[in-house]
Amino acid sequence: MDKKYIIGIIIALVVIVGAYMVVAPGSGSKVTIVGSTSVQPVAEKLATGYMKEHPNVKITVQGGGTAVGIKSAQDGTANIGTASKAISANDSQGLTQYTLGQDGVVAIVSPNNNLTGLTKDQLKGIFSGNITNWNQVGGPDAKINVIVREEGSGTRDAFQEIVLGKLSNGTKVSFVSSAIVQSSTQAVQQAVSQDPNAIGFCSFADLGNDTKALSINGISASASTIADGTYTIQRPFLFLVKGDAKGEVKNFIDWVMGPEGQAILTSEKIIKSTNSTNSTK
Amino acid sequence: MTEKTEEKFVKWVLFATGLSSIAIILLIILFIFNEGIPALTSVGFFNFVFGMTWAPSNGQYGVFPMVIGTLGITALALVLAVPLSICCAVFLSEIAPPTMRKILKPTIQGLAGIPSVIYGFFGLVVLVPFMRVHYGGTGFSLLAASLILTIMILPTITSISEDALRSIPMEYKEASFALGATQWQTIKNVLLPAAVPGVITAIILGMGRAIGETMAVIMVAGNVVQIPGSIFDPVRALTSNIALEMGYATGLHYNALFATGIILIGVIIILLLIANYFNYKKRVTIGGGYL
Repeated sequence: MDKKYIIGIIIALVVIVGAYMVVAPGSGSKVTIVGSTSVQPVAEKLATGYMKEHPNVKITVQGGGTAVGIKSAQDGTANIGTASKAISANDSQGLTQYTLGQDGVVAIVSPNNNLTGLTKDQLKGIFSGNITNWNQVGGPDAKINVIVREEGSGTRDAFQEIVLGKLSNGTKVSFVSSAIVQSSTQAVQQAVSQDPNAIGFCSFADLGNDTKALSINGISASASTIADGTYTIQRPFLFLVKGDAKGEVKNFIDWVMGPEGQAILTSEKIIKSTNSTNSTK
Repeated sequence: MTEKTEEKFVKWVLFATGLSSIAIILLIILFIFNEGIPALTSVGFFNFVFGMTWAPSNGQYGVFPMVIGTLGITALALVLAVPLSICCAVFLSEIAPPTMRKILKPTIQGLAGIPSVIYGFFGLVVLVPFMRVHYGGTGFSLLAASLILTIMILPTITSISEDALRSIPMEYKEASFALGATQWQTIKNVLLPAAVPGVITAIILGMGRAIGETMAVIMVAGNVVQIPGSIFDPVRALTSNIALEMGYATGLHYNALFATGIILIGVIIILLLIANYFNYKKRVTIGGGYL
């Protein structure tokens, strides 16, 4: 009927939403962790473990990507930023880095694929589209079905950076455009496991029995080869804190670096590096 | 007096509930446009809609292959689902004996209650390998997505078409039989034409579900940003694009995903207008009113 009703309803809606936003934050100390989507599940496990022992602390873990993690740590919007790659000296200015450990990225094929290993160049050729048939890398005459993760995935970024690398002019080499895109590690594994001509990649920590990891340059991924750095497709998982960690943030990081935190990291297959050039702190 | 205030109160409450649904839609649309417009202006509307490359990391935002993907998946799903559903509806309302109907109808409606991720998983584990073995390629394809959507929209179209058929006055059928028409002639010449508006409504709702479906399509369509050369090629739908990348997107990429939503709304509005036009054209007028 008239405008009064309409205005009344809109105001009521706004008031309800506004009231909810004001009331929602609870009491107690809060720690926010923002950054790499690869670190996110590990950080959530750590947060849950810590909150179980310290019920008055609330830790929220958000994704966004490594770039967001660095930025949030620097401008202070998050207490802890997370990164899933070694960050440049320029980016790390003013930030304290805590290394959780190393995570390997493995190329996976179906168990029905007879191939056991590739060289890094062959892997690059396959994922960038220069090698399209398995017979070019010593397999049967069959088209290679490349399966990748979606744009923005931390694993995709790491794989792209480490395996595909950059062109001489500095731009990233892109994945072959006909690559099938799957939205989760599980979906990639499912797709790879049932197709003998498919190849994909996933985090070493997520490697299951349905798929077979390929050795790269003759070295297969394992806890020891990742730890000593001989398996080269690996990335560090980092916590970034602006300046020195203080208060609850410090307590949390100390707990993570202590025995309980390390136990969780080990069960998540995040591997402590034994290679001194890898560790940042 | 009390009756009058009660009357007023009920009227007001009903008005408020009706209005709140409009308010919610308006707020959502406003929000989507607010978030999406920056991408449209910085990329350029035509570059965005007709651009062929989607590479957010290189700053290229073109959704045209996805518009084609969405339209292709939906069209093929409708082509497959509509004849099946209408036959099914005719069988349920006109031919099936009551006991059979009692079993069939809940079964078909049960299909509508299965979560889409289950359909998607079924597609990923059963349909995709089947298509890979029999038609080559990777198995992830436009056809796989359409087949899954066909099963998903079948119950919607069937049950609404059946309601339309059953709501046709008994006199129509009796008059047709009295003229000596057989059951098939009655169905073909009297019942189906009279039910057309209801059937079109059913198709519109089915189409809405097909176009908006995200999870099942992500799992079986392959999500490659390309204009498919055949129905066996992988495609990416507009909805999949939003769901795939929303988790990580920041800045312009984030706005571009909302802009994808704007394009999706545009596509749906255009399709609804076309469907409603046919609905208007095909309505059956009888004695001043229409069915």
